[in-house]
Amino acid sequence: MNRFLIPFGLFIVVVGFLAVGLTLNPRELPSPLVGKAAPEFSLQQLHDPEKVISSNDLKGKVWLLNFWASWCGGCKEEHPVLIRIAQSGEVPIYGMDYKDQRSEALAWLKEWGNPYQIVAVDEPGRVGINYGVYGVPETYVIDKAGVIRYKQIGPIREDILEKKILPLVRELQKQ
Amino acid sequence: MFILFLPGLAMAYEAQPLATNPQAEARLKALAVELRCLVCQNQTLADSNAPLAEDLRREVREMIAKDMSDKEIIDFLVTRYGDFVLYRPPWKLTTTLLWLGPFLLLGVGATGLVFALRRRQKKVTDVTLSEAEHTRVAKLLSEGVHRP
Repeated sequence: MNRFLIPFGLFIVVVGFLAVGLTLNPRELPSPLVGKAAPEFSLQQLHDPEKVISSNDLKGKVWLLNFWASWCGGCKEEHPVLIRIAQSGEVPIYGMDYKDQRSEALAWLKEWGNPYQIVAVDEPGRVGINYGVYGVPETYVIDKAGVIRYKQIGPIREDILEKKILPLVRELQKQ
Repeated sequence: MFILFLPGLAMAYEAQPLATNPQAEARLKALAVELRCLVCQNQTLADSNAPLAEDLRREVREMIAKDMSDKEIIDFLVTRYGDFVLYRPPWKLTTTLLWLGPFLLLGVGATGLVFALRRRQKKVTDVTLSEAEHTRVAKLLSEGVHRP
């Protein structure tokens, strides 16, 4: 009995490591930007190329910054959730059209609906790099002082919205 | 998330170096093999054709043109993407196990081996032969290698 104890113990340890390791999503990297000031940007607006949208204009309120693109499948998936947030009016969503073409982005929003207050155009993906974006959709919760408080990698699901994003937004709005 | 970049990958082509300045390109190459492409995580920035990797190479190229040091360029990427962009993770409290783990396992294995060998050695004890056995061995040896 005793001689099986050590191999059995090792087996349990390995199973433990695998049980945790295999359920982690390697695509979800912790962002070093959470808790830091959101990188500033000043970009052309999608619907009105004459106008500029700047991150400084958004200071003083809690807002969501959603990186999306018309070519991105996950964006289509989370789109109904964004529409629902927009309809509830709880928190404004600003879009960042990431590495996309204007005409296609406009057509996409026309077809599926526009949940955004304003959409900024990041065609070369530079603002995306400043925010550490590596796959769209990605969504940032930014507080009144312009600090990133949360980063959602991948589509926002209903449960993430209800359990993480909205409670955080409400908390930040009280501050 | 990989799938999201498929439309871009479909158009992917061989990573093209902008051979404007061979010295700058050599620096870019040296840096890019140390950096991870975040989209296809097992490729370096030098290997990858993902659109993001192209953008990041462009950023690095521009930083080289601005005469920034390697450390400044790497810091730029680490502040945005975290230590994960580095193929050689830095020595930190959280990475101690990562760096020491293999040596630790080697140590455990070696100790186990030493103990196992010692235990086996104890089992091998000299067997004393009786007088009759000695004469039999002598007789067999004197017969030589002779098989019927």
